[in-house]
Amino acid sequence: MEVRRQALQSGGTSVDPATLHIRKHSARRLLEGADIEGPNPGTHPDRDAERLEGKALERHVQERVLTTTLDKAVAWARSNSFFPLGFGLACCAMEFFHTAGSRMDIARFGAEAVRASPRQADLIILSGRVSIKMAPIVRRLYDQMLEPKWAIAMGACCSSMGVFNNYALVPADKFMPIDVHVPGCPPRPEALMHGILKLRKLVQGEPDPGWRSRYGAIGTEEIAPMRESASDWGATDGA
Amino acid sequence: MNSESKSAYRQAEESIGLTPIEEQVAAVSGSGETEELFTINFGPHHPATHGVLRLLVTLQGEVVRDVKPIIGYVHTGIEKTAEDKSYWKVIPVIERMDYLSYYFNAMAFCSAVEIIAEVEVPKRAQYLRVIHLELNRIASHLIWLGTSALDLGATSPFLYCLRERDQILDLFEMSSGQRMHTRYFQVGGVMEDIPAGFEAKLRAFIDIMPTRIDQYNALLHANEIVLQRLHGVCPLDEATLLSLGVTGPLLRAAGNPWDLRKAAPYSSYEDFKFKIPIGTAGDNYDRLAVRIAEMYESVRIIEQALDGLPEGPYITSDRKVALPPRHELATSMEALIHHFKLVTEGFRVPPGEIYCPIESPRGELGCFVRSDGSSKPARVHMRDPSFVNLQALPHMTRGSYVADMIATIAMLDPILGGIDR
Repeated sequence: MEVRRQALQSGGTSVDPATLHIRKHSARRLLEGADIEGPNPGTHPDRDAERLEGKALERHVQERVLTTTLDKAVAWARSNSFFPLGFGLACCAMEFFHTAGSRMDIARFGAEAVRASPRQADLIILSGRVSIKMAPIVRRLYDQMLEPKWAIAMGACCSSMGVFNNYALVPADKFMPIDVHVPGCPPRPEALMHGILKLRKLVQGEPDPGWRSRYGAIGTEEIAPMRESASDWGATDGA
Repeated sequence: MNSESKSAYRQAEESIGLTPIEEQVAAVSGSGETEELFTINFGPHHPATHGVLRLLVTLQGEVVRDVKPIIGYVHTGIEKTAEDKSYWKVIPVIERMDYLSYYFNAMAFCSAVEIIAEVEVPKRAQYLRVIHLELNRIASHLIWLGTSALDLGATSPFLYCLRERDQILDLFEMSSGQRMHTRYFQVGGVMEDIPAGFEAKLRAFIDIMPTRIDQYNALLHANEIVLQRLHGVCPLDEATLLSLGVTGPLLRAAGNPWDLRKAAPYSSYEDFKFKIPIGTAGDNYDRLAVRIAEMYESVRIIEQALDGLPEGPYITSDRKVALPPRHELATSMEALIHHFKLVTEGFRVPPGEIYCPIESPRGELGCFVRSDGSSKPARVHMRDPSFVNLQALPHMTRGSYVADMIATIAMLDPILGGIDR
């Protein structure tokens, strides 16, 4: 115990109020756009930053203290507190129940607060088959959700019309953007959990490139990739 | 501050007293016309509709005057798709209809085809079917109980019910490899025999399940809020239910002991001793009590079926209908030909038509199959109990409060996948 206390004290993690005040003062001046002038040597707490000057120091401070860290913190908070819309379509909704249920316990990843209103939700899980009659309603629900929002297509039916593949159904990609597709008929709760974890990575800014890039199989897709912007969709028939 | 300097709004605000709001409105309007009908849209996205049911509700104040269900939001074209597939490939599509009672859907279809094709089902297969049907009945009632309790404002029964349902789905996974939509039932029997370890796990489950149901009872039947919300709410008498064609627990709650497992036994149900729970008043409380009592009886049936499980084949030996065992393919040319014909074309069924009803967790589930002699059915139609039972909803809820309508939908237990198909 004695040794550990010694190590902690010599680590230099504690900042005395005087140097903290100086740091805050210089950070505020940086934000105001003031020129950087080296402070009085000996009083500056950060030895590395002391050697930097001008733009380099500005970048150094911004990287350390400001925007990047905040973005990451927000992404981290968002990705660990999804508010799914309580929305069941068909069979997959039962497995969604089980994902929220006692065994899988979606609350471990902070997504257990199922909202009844799309205004309060930021994740829609299309759990089941979307019929042509239901598609405009699903789209309206998605439009009513506030940004930022994400969508998971759960199961084969709303990804590709599944075993039915007939006149009555429509795949979700035809009428709304989907972030994660979870295959299965219906997917096990573990599979849905995997999809939610993939979405979490996506939100945190580290999207998984997928197996094609890992195994060097880019270009083997059977379906042409999605075009970049909505204007591309109308441009083709004129050309 | 005198009254002249106050705005008209301020004066109106201060005039609001503790007299009933109807009298105050009548004093302002003068004519006493406070009775105004108000139509609201309910669904298809609403957490209490158990799917994508849409209701047009006409309200007078808080009292429901009329309910008009609008369905078709999860129409999947299953009956039409079934006409395009050979008989044994219809089963997975049919199973996805009423997605809480998939074994029952498969059972109704397989029984209908077996009757037309005159296929004998071995005794062991019949018992295995009964075990899985009753397990599925419990699983379906557990989802119903959990979501109904959620609608009434209780969260914990949902988690407890899913805990037990996970055990049942584990058993399904053991016997067939899938949790839901197992395609375990074949025409002529079941897909595979139960694996080693299944019986021990099932016994452990039926040992624990009655005490679990006791715990649900302790949670719900002694709960003042649940009793207040359900007792004497939205009753419907037996004669009206019969005239509407309502079957299942809803009819039994009104005192009619109609159960196809007793009335027209199929799949060796005559071998087992079990009771048909019935209610007296036909209100929401009876609907709850009847379903919970049914779970005890299902456990009893499973226990008897497991004790008396006969030895023998699990699928018919008719090679025209059932696949030959894998090991025969290497030695028998006949088996290879049968396998090839079954996998490519399927089996042909002699011309004819049949309506085959069974008792699903929601009532009479009937399957009509018409065969034209080819390997694909000419028509498959399902009489789904949820669809028929839903038309009792306006009769139940007229004159009740809108909050009681939510509880009544929960106790009605409609599955929209079965209604819309």
